[in-house]
Amino acid sequence: MNLSESWRFALRGVSANKTRSALTTLGIIIGVASVIILVAVGTGSAKAVEDSISSLGSNTMTVTPTGTQGGGIAGGGGLAGIASLFGGGGAAKTDTGTKTRNPTLTMEDARALTDTTAAPDVIGVAPVVSGQNIVATYEGASHSVPTFSGSTPAYLGINNDTISAGTAFTDADYESHRRVVLLGSTVAEQLVGQDTTALVGQSVSFNGKAFTVVGILGEKGSTGPLDNDDRVIAPATAVQDTLTGYEDLSSISVKASSSDTTASAQDQVTAILDGRHNTTAATRDFSVFNSATILSAATSSNDTFTVLLGAVAAISLLVGGIGVMNIMLVTVTERTREIGIRKAIGAGKGDIVTQFLLEAVILSLLGGVVGVVLGLIGSQFTIVGVVPIVAPYSVVLAFAVALATGLFFGLYPASRAASLRPIDALRYE
Amino acid sequence: MTTAQRPVIDLTDVTKTYGEGDTVVHALAGVTRRVERGDYVAVMGASGSGKSTLMNIIGCLDSPTAGRYLLDGVDVRHRDDAQLSRIRNRKIGFVFQSFNLIPRTSALSNVELPLAYAGVRAAERRRRALDALTRVGLRDRAGHLPSQLSGGQQQRVAVARAIVTEPVLLLADEPTGALDSHSTAEVLDLFDELSAAGRTLVVITHEDEVAARAKRVLRMRDGVVVEDVRTVAVTDLPPDMGALVEA
Repeated sequence: MNLSESWRFALRGVSANKTRSALTTLGIIIGVASVIILVAVGTGSAKAVEDSISSLGSNTMTVTPTGTQGGGIAGGGGLAGIASLFGGGGAAKTDTGTKTRNPTLTMEDARALTDTTAAPDVIGVAPVVSGQNIVATYEGASHSVPTFSGSTPAYLGINNDTISAGTAFTDADYESHRRVVLLGSTVAEQLVGQDTTALVGQSVSFNGKAFTVVGILGEKGSTGPLDNDDRVIAPATAVQDTLTGYEDLSSISVKASSSDTTASAQDQVTAILDGRHNTTAATRDFSVFNSATILSAATSSNDTFTVLLGAVAAISLLVGGIGVMNIMLVTVTERTREIGIRKAIGAGKGDIVTQFLLEAVILSLLGGVVGVVLGLIGSQFTIVGVVPIVAPYSVVLAFAVALATGLFFGLYPASRAASLRPIDALRYE
Repeated sequence: MTTAQRPVIDLTDVTKTYGEGDTVVHALAGVTRRVERGDYVAVMGASGSGKSTLMNIIGCLDSPTAGRYLLDGVDVRHRDDAQLSRIRNRKIGFVFQSFNLIPRTSALSNVELPLAYAGVRAAERRRRALDALTRVGLRDRAGHLPSQLSGGQQQRVAVARAIVTEPVLLLADEPTGALDSHSTAEVLDLFDELSAAGRTLVVITHEDEVAARAKRVLRMRDGVVVEDVRTVAVTDLPPDMGALVEA
């Protein structure tokens, strides 16, 4: 009895009851497809976060106020926005500006960080103020801007921002409190549609205050649900004049001289601010994030996420495997007589084991192949805002586990079939 | 001893007991018999007489508790499962009461099955299976499924499957028990032909009509052979065919 013969018998066994085989296979299909898709979603979201964080540069950091001392943080541009996603502390997100407490981060703090003797590794500092509940209107069109940042021209360099049309605002604009803005592409599209360059030179009003558009920001894409292009940047002086008042800063963006000096720059920034705020590690009312720490936090949280998704999917694969075993046990019972006949006319234990094991393997193989195909198709669609990235290991793993499942869960029913005594099996009705 | 002289079945004081202690049942209480090559033996007896146990032991489906059984000169005691499978495959062709064809599998594939387990190559297997089907007169039904065949036809396919390996012994267990009189006659005529062609047949039955066609009849009661009657010599044609020739 050769293997191809056993394959034929097994195939005939599987095709004899097509509905049952299809339903059994479905368990494996769902298991394999969900492993592939869910791991792809996990990988995709991790990749998106990593991309947007590393696009900020590895040598930037953000100082944000923390603790009970208040201070708006809702969006200080890229890094601060992401920082708020990954543990931006207790920063009040809906602070509307009626502050009675001492400001925690001030323009003076920002200025102190530019001290090249106390902070030799810092090459750029930009204070950021954030406008809250800002609505932009232009010729009847209006758009609620989630991120309205006021800063210095240096901010653009620190934040790796580019200008796709028009020009950036200048130090002169900053000094003279000129009411000019740079629009993110999403904001510009919301106001005038596709032809965003037409906005350059036009006057757009924010909460009724007119600002002149001097440029359109280059596109940065999305970080998960966070649209990095749905923002507006203006000189901090003008923003304080018109929208936020002269209270504290929502964050300070800092750039180290290189990625190697980021850690020491972070220490220097922390030391300077500790000195100014009279705080220690225990009482600190601010925190400093650099993209590396955010990246590692994001990566580890994404890894957990991916593992959890994978585990859920693996359980469904296991359930599918139990389905295979269940059906194989039914099949063996149902075909007890057939097993008796085969043994009577000369089938050995090995022949019977092989036949039933192959039936289980065919079921799981079929489920594995269809599951992989469905998984790959399913991964082409954007799922809850995440573009899934198929991880090759998940395909190999899911397929291998499906096969192993068939072998493992087929073994018991097959050996039960093979150990039936022919006279008992023949007598079975 | 040449092959021709070696008995196909040689039982020496074979016993079979089930259970232990007070509940012990002596299904076979010492049977010593020989069946020569070319004989056609009917084993009769009421249910519980031990004839099914005897058939299981002769068919190597079960092993005796004590005693010696030589099948075609081979001692089948102390054989493991795999060896017994091989012995059954090579030396015995089975015909069962309920046909026992594999469902959803064509007549041809059913007949090929023992050859497949014997490791015969596909082309050779097909040729021999078609030969066997021709001999039982069902060559034109080769592609039919068991469910598309009548009871008599199914039993003839089973006979074809039993003889396809050219076994030394054809062992039939109540082969006509599930058949009407017409199909019964068909199958018994087929047995006569096989016997006339020199095959060794052992048929377990409780029908006198079936036993009457055999060359020798064993009657069993309570696990022992109580009667052993030879109607015609081993080398002669079976009774019915012999009568036809004389007439």
